This record gives sequence, C-alpha cells and structure tokens, in this order.
Amino acid sequence: MALTHKTPMLDELEKGHWPSFISDIKQIAERKPACDDLLGVMEKSYEDKEGHWKHGGIVGVLGYGGGVIGRYCDRPDLFPNVAHFHTLRVNQPASKFYSTEHLRKVCDMWEKHGSGLTNMHGSTGDIILLGTTTDELEPTFYELTHTLNMDLGGSGSNLRTPSCCLGKARCEWSCLDTQDITYNLTQEYQDELHRPMFPYKFKFKTSGCPNDCVAAIARADCSIIGTWRDDIRIDQEAVRAYAAGELVPNAGSHGTEPRPLDIQKEVIDLCPTKCMAWDGKNLKIWNEECTRCMHCINVMPRALRPGTDVGATILCGAKAPILEGAQLSSVIIPFMRMESPYDEFKEFVEKMWDWWMELGRNRERLGELIQRLGLREFLKAVELEPDPRMINTPRYNPYIFYAREDVPGGWEIDAKAYRERHQP
Amino acid sequence: MAFDPNDLMKDRITDIGPPHFEQFFPPIIKENYGKWIYHEILEPGVLVHVSETGAEVYTVRTGGCRLMSVDMIREICDIADKHCGGYVRWTTRNNVEFMVDSKDKLQPLIDDLKSRKFPAGSNKFPIGGTGAGITNIVHTQGWLHCHTPAIDASGIVKSVLDELYDDFCSMRLPAQVRISLACCLNMCGAVHCSDIAILGVHRKPPFVEHERVSKVCEIPLAIAACPTAAIKPAKVEGMKSVVVNNDRCMFCGNCYTMCPAMPLANAEGDGVALWVGGKVSNARCAPKFSKLAVPYIPNEPPRWPTVVKDIKKIVEVYASDANKYERIGEWIERIGWERFFERTELEFRHEHIDDYRLAMTTWRTTTQFKW
Ligand code: HEM
Ligand code: HEM
Ligand code: SF4
Ligand code: SF4
Ligand code: SF4
Ligand code: SF4
Repeated sequence: MALTHKTPMLDELEKGHWPSFISDIKQIAERKPACDDLLGVMEKSYEDKEGHWKHGGIVGVLGYGGGVIGRYCDRPDLFPNVAHFHTLRVNQPASKFYSTEHLRKVCDMWEKHGSGLTNMHGSTGDIILLGTTTDELEPTFYELTHTLNMDLGGSGSNLRTPSCCLGKARCEWSCLDTQDITYNLTQEYQDELHRPMFPYKFKFKTSGCPNDCVAAIARADCSIIGTWRDDIRIDQEAVRAYAAGELVPNAGSHGTEPRPLDIQKEVIDLCPTKCMAWDGKNLKIWNEECTRCMHCINVMPRALRPGTDVGATILCGAKAPILEGAQLSSVIIPFMRMESPYDEFKEFVEKMWDWWMELGRNRERLGELIQRLGLREFLKAVELEPDPRMINTPRYNPYIFYAREDVPGGWEIDAKAYRERHQP
Repeated sequence: MAFDPNDLMKDRITDIGPPHFEQFFPPIIKENYGKWIYHEILEPGVLVHVSETGAEVYTVRTGGCRLMSVDMIREICDIADKHCGGYVRWTTRNNVEFMVDSKDKLQPLIDDLKSRKFPAGSNKFPIGGTGAGITNIVHTQGWLHCHTPAIDASGIVKSVLDELYDDFCSMRLPAQVRISLACCLNMCGAVHCSDIAILGVHRKPPFVEHERVSKVCEIPLAIAACPTAAIKPAKVEGMKSVVVNNDRCMFCGNCYTMCPAMPLANAEGDGVALWVGGKVSNARCAPKFSKLAVPYIPNEPPRWPTVVKDIKKIVEVYASDANKYERIGEWIERIGWERFFERTELEFRHEHIDDYRLAMTTWRTTTQFKW
C-alpha cells in the first residue's frame, strides 16, 4: 500500500543520525491505514502549528475508571482512519525488563487490535498502546488479561502506575529492593489504581539510592528513596589503586582511559560536608557528618559502597506546575526500614490518603494540600513528631499559629482583672 | 475461551496487576540480584557490572524513540534473541539496553546494532547515553497525540538529538546533561528539574465559545480551575457562559482541561521556552528546579532551528566553562546568572523576573553581584 499523504515537512525528520520516528511510522503505515492518516495529521499540524486532537472523551473498559485515554481527531473529514485514536496504558513489569517471548505477544496483540504504535514507555512508566477505536477496547482488554497476563495502569483521579529504578537487578548502590516494593504496592492498591477515588492523581516512585535515577523526588506525590544510616564501606586498597591510576575514576563516566585520581581535588574538595580526609594512604570519612550525597561513591565505585543499615527516606508532595506551581517532595519520614510486606509503610500511606481524601479539593494534589493546610497539619494526620531533618531552616516569619491549648489558661482573658492593672 | 462481545462479564479477569518482574530477568540478573559490587563504563554506551560471585554482565545502551512501532519492537526482539538469550530492558529515559553475560558476546552485538539503519539513513540503535554526556531526551506527546500541546515533542527531540548526537555517543562534558521536553505546562514528563528543559508555552488567553460552554462544560469547575481567578460566570447574549479577564491569565491551560469550549492553542501565540540548571540527584548539592533561560521561541517546524541553536550554545559554553563534575546548575550558581546570560549571549528580558506567587524569593537581596 502506498502512503496517501504528502509529508514534505515530516520527511525532513528522516534525515540526521538520531533514529527517526517518522521512518518508523512510515514502515508500519504501509499496512496500517491509521498510521498513514496519523502521518497526514502530523503534517497538517506542522503546517498549521496547531495540534489536531480533540479534548479526550470518556471511554474505558467495564468496571475500570482509568487506563484508557479517549482521543478523537478534530478533522475526521480529512483523516477518517484516526477519527478515534484512543490510548491504553498497560502496567509495565517493574523496572522494564522483558522477555522477547512476551514482547512479541504484546506486538501481535496490538497489531491485531490497534494501530501498532506504542510509547516505550510513557512518562509515568506504563507501556502506552497508542491508537485504537472504541469497539476494540474490550477485545484488547480481554486479550491483555487472558493471553498476556497483563493489566491496565492508572489514569484519571486515581493511583498512577508505580515505577522504580532497576535497583538490585543491576546496580550495586541500591539500598532497597525497588522492584519488590513497586510490585507489592501495585498489587496491594489495584482498586485505587483502577477506580478513581482520590481528589486527583497520586504517584509512588522508588529509587534505590540518592542518585534518584527515576527522578522520584521531582515526580512522585510519595517518593521512596533508598539510603543508609551506618558507615560508607571503604576498601582502602582500592582507594590507593584509584590514586595510583590503576582503576578508572568515576566508573569511566569521564572517559575510559586510566588516569591517577586526584582524590583531594575530585573527591574531598567536592564533598558537600567536608567530612573526608586523605593522607595519601588512607581515606578517612567522619560518617556522622556525611549526608550520603553519593558523590564520593559515584567517583570511586570500586572503593566505596553505601553502608548496610539500609532503608528509605519517605518524601511527599512533588508535582509538575499545574496548579499551584512545581514542587519537589519534602522529607516526611527521614528513615524507614523497608521490608516485605511493607506494613509500616502501608499504615502511613493509608493515614496519608485518608487525610487527603477528606480535606483535598477537586484536582488538588497532596503537595498542594500540604501547602494549603501546613506541614504541621499533615504530620498530625499521619501521627509523626516534627524533626529537624524535615526542614532546610526553621521559619523566619514570626507569625505562628499557636493553638489555644498551647497557652496556659487558653485564650480566656479576665477583662476586669486586666483593667484593675491598667487604666484605660 | 474466546472473547464474547455480548457477554463482557464471562470469564472476566480484572485487577491482576503487572506480570511479576522476575520472570523477565535474564538468568545472570536473577542469579546475581543484589550481589553486584561495582560497575565500569568500558566505552560510551557500554557498561560492565561485576558481581561478588565473579559473574559479569555487559550492557549496551542504545538511544531509542519513545514512539515505537511493533515492527521496531520486533526488530529489538530479533536482536535480543540472537545475542542476549531473549531478554531486553528499557530505561526510564527511553533507552533500550541489551545485556550479554560474557565479553566475547559483546562485539558481535555492538557490530549488529551499528549496522542497522532506517531506509532514509538514520541509525536505529545509536550506542551511548552513559556518563558525562547527554542521554536520551525524555519527552511527552506533542502534536502527535495530545489535546493541549503548544509544540510538537518527537520532532523537536529528533532535531535536538541530531545536533547533539556526538554528545550522546561520547563523554566529553563536565558532567551528565539531562534534557527533557514537555509540550505544555501540565508537564506530563515533570521536566522541571532538568539540566535543560524544553517547554511548550501558550501566549494567548483562551477564547470562549459561548454557544458551547453550557453544553460541554461544568461552569463552576471551569471557574474553579483557574489559579488566578481570571474566569467569571457571565450571561452572554442570553446564554450561560463565562468571561476571562485576559490580563490575569498566565496561559496555564487549566480551564481548557476542564472545559473544551475554551481552547487556547494558537499558531501565533504558541512556542517554546527553555529552562536550565535543574537536577534530581542528591550528589554534592540538593535537587534543584530548572530556571528560565529563553522565554519564547516561535514554533519552527520541521527542524526547530532556533531551539537547536540555543541548546547547542548552552551546551558548548557549559562544556568549555564548567569544572569537572559540575552539573549545569552548579556551574551557573558558581559563576552567577549575570555571567550565564553574558557568556551564552542569551537576552535577559522582563520575563526572566518572576512575578507569580513567592516571586520575591527569587529576587536579589544582597549587594553581591558581578559587573
Ligand atoms: C485531561 C488532561 C490530561 C491528559 C489527557 C493527560 C495525559 C497524560 C499522559 C498521556 C501522560 C503520560 C505522558 C506521557 O508519557 O506522554 C500523562 C502523565 C502526566 N501528566 Fe498528564 N494529562 C492531563 C492532565 C494533566 C495535568 C492537569 C497535569 C498536572 C497537574 C498533568 C501532569 C502529568 C504528569 C506530572 C505526568 C507524569 C509524569 C510522570 O509520571 O513522570 N497531566 N498525562
Ligand atoms: C555511574 C553510575 C550510574 C549508573 C550505573 C546509573 C544507572 C542508571 C540507570 C540504569 C538509569 C536508568 C534508570 C532506570 O530506567 O531505571 C539511570 C538514569 C538516571 N540516572 Fe543514573 N546511574 C549512575 C550514576 C548516576 C549519577 C551519578 C546520577 C546523578 C548525579 C544519576 C542520575 C540519573 C538520572 C537523573 C537518571 C534519569 C532519570 C530519569 O529522568 O529518567 N545517575 N541511571
Ligand atoms: S537510583 Fe541509585 S540504585 Fe537506582 S539505579 Fe540509580 S544509582 Fe542505582
Ligand atoms: S557521600 Fe557525599 S557527604 Fe558523604 S562522604 Fe561522600 S561526598 Fe561526602
Ligand atoms: S505535557 Fe501537556 S501537551 Fe504534553 S502530553 Fe502532557 S498534557 Fe499533553
Ligand atoms: S489559561 Fe489558566 S490562567 Fe488563563 S484563564 Fe485558563 S485557567 Fe485561568
């Protein structure tokens, strides 16, 4: 089948070294009319400098309030094959390893029921199956659950698909079993994932260490970031080998040629807490001053490792700008041990959700509610004591909301006694 | 049991969640789970991880388009079957990682990946994205599939990565540079903490289709959606509708999300803003937001030359100026913003001075600055 639309502008995007998504769509457009028309719409958007998708309508599969995003073209007269072009979010296996056997089944299923285009993966983590019609939704879901043993992810005002870094699967720094945490939470909260019950979306993301490769601190309403409380493990001989140029510094991030590492300049001087010293033979770390930033470990991965007293820092409230402005997550629980089945964590989650569901306004993210009512109210709701690890600095405005019970005698004043002490 | 459109409840399976991750681990990953002791980059895009058992896994990281056809996925499967025992992995940044369990399997894999090109000439599997270089640009959907974008996504990403291709395949920069794109202020990709963020912006307030409003919108929801209270209920020619105080609009698009009769996408108004200096890792300094570098660049499809030129310029000045290990944000904080604008030759304009909530936390409250 020849392609039906002229696409001179998109054709420009076939040039250059980086893989061309246009070349990719073209190969499948030869047998998929929807992809052919998609190229047509895209070319039109490139000419008009405006998109051509309508506001999503409500479509979905029976019993689920999320996982499908309705999409309709606003020029079905020109591009009838993408008049409906809905998206399905499919819950990915934690940290995105696949067997080819399984992936091929996904491809066959999507070849049969949809456009054959995907996002591997969406920002939230799901496999995104891009483009199908309303009457294909149920058959796709049936095949997804029966043949592929897979399920839809979240969209709408519900729990979004949790995601994580690859953790212990291939990273020596992981302080957490990131995949197990993600799998466990996803299974535990299937109902919250599929049936909107929250004021707005809610995301969990888990990173194994403070390098935070899944950007949990910037993207999750509840960020779980691995850390440790004891000493950094040191192999002094390996430190000396870095200094002598026998090992490649920074794991080769700055080039793979061996070179002597200037430990003073590249490690000690860049340590944010200045808690290290090097006398040319031994590296000393005053661990009680270390804030576990990971810099020295990143630079000397064969000599330094995180400690073994491991757990997670739990932070809450990150979100993109809409509505109240972008926020990073704030420390709520400085350290929590994370062992399956994560009961302590789940108790916290349920208290947090109860508070948010009771007090959150429509489309108010957890972080915005915390901002509106105050961190103190949130700490009360989740039954936590304040801790200096939760703040950058104590407040510098003097307007403190003392409660009646904080002051002896409450807010009652004996006016008569006052006037006996003071003339008007 | 086959699907029966007349009886959706028959054998219905729901809420089974994702497949368990472990069944997709290559044997070497499963056997050494939690046992890795160190890793090293052997060449750009090629990593070795060594386990306490002595096992080694070699990873080749290749850049990919997040938008991928099933043909492309099948080709990835062919490669993984041929070289990697039938397993493959995607990273958070849309890279594809091929893993082998011994060094002698590495070169044939690399050669195979390098040999694959699209008919028009682009590489299918560029190898890189490790260490002090740039990795794949995470991005959202743009004109290809979303309803609120101010810009395209995949096309801009392709144009920028063509220009920065050598920095994907090498590690010459002072530290890693993470670039991200979101096509509107919703920022589905949460790009607000990237070394360089490309953001689609609208600049015309929504226009109100009065005859549609009461049919397709919940008016109180549209009013409540506006963060600046710019929307008021109104009767227009006898129809229940809303009016927008255009001077209060900061073009967030929330109203359109709640009410499709208030579109704000517009060819003349829309375009790109560039942000710099964000990071998410805790290494050395705390995570940071990205800050505004270029308020507005018009949409210039298909190759977006101004976006490409400005990003290239920022990367080059950073590459020559920053100290080793300094991320873009750390470099700018060291030299100061006045120097950043001077050296990158980007124009400093009124839009760079914050005038939204908490703006004063970004104003200079010291006499310490540079001439
Ligand atoms: C009806 C309106 C919306 C639609 C159709 C929509 C669509 C999407 C889609 C398709 C994704 C996956 C993105 C991707 O990978 O391409 C996504 C993720 C996301 N959306 Fe939206 N979105 C909507 C509204 C919003 C709003 C109002 C916000 C901001 C509050 C928002 C923030 C995000 C964020 C932060 C993510 C994911 C980031 C991550 O997990 O890393 N979206 N949305
Ligand atoms: C050299 C050792 C490192 C290794 C082996 C490593 C590994 C990885 C991997 C595998 C990913 C993809 C993660 C996933 O998809 O789950 C990734 C992404 C990432 N890494 Fe690292 N990483 C290293 C060092 C660092 C350092 C030092 C930083 C920060 C200073 C860092 C920050 C990030 C970030 C921000 C991402 C991308 C997250 C995103 O936006 O998707 N990594 N890294
Ligand atoms: S967050 Fe830490 S543990 Fe996870 S992949 Fe990144 S460096 Fe490894
Ligand atoms: S982890 Fe960071 S703070 Fe701790 S010793 Fe290393 S460089 Fe210093
Ligand atoms: S960032 Fe905006 S335009 Fe882009 S996919 Fe998300 S909601 Fe759509
Ligand atoms: S775009 Fe945002 S600020 Fe402007 S009217 Fe709509 S909701 Fe209000």
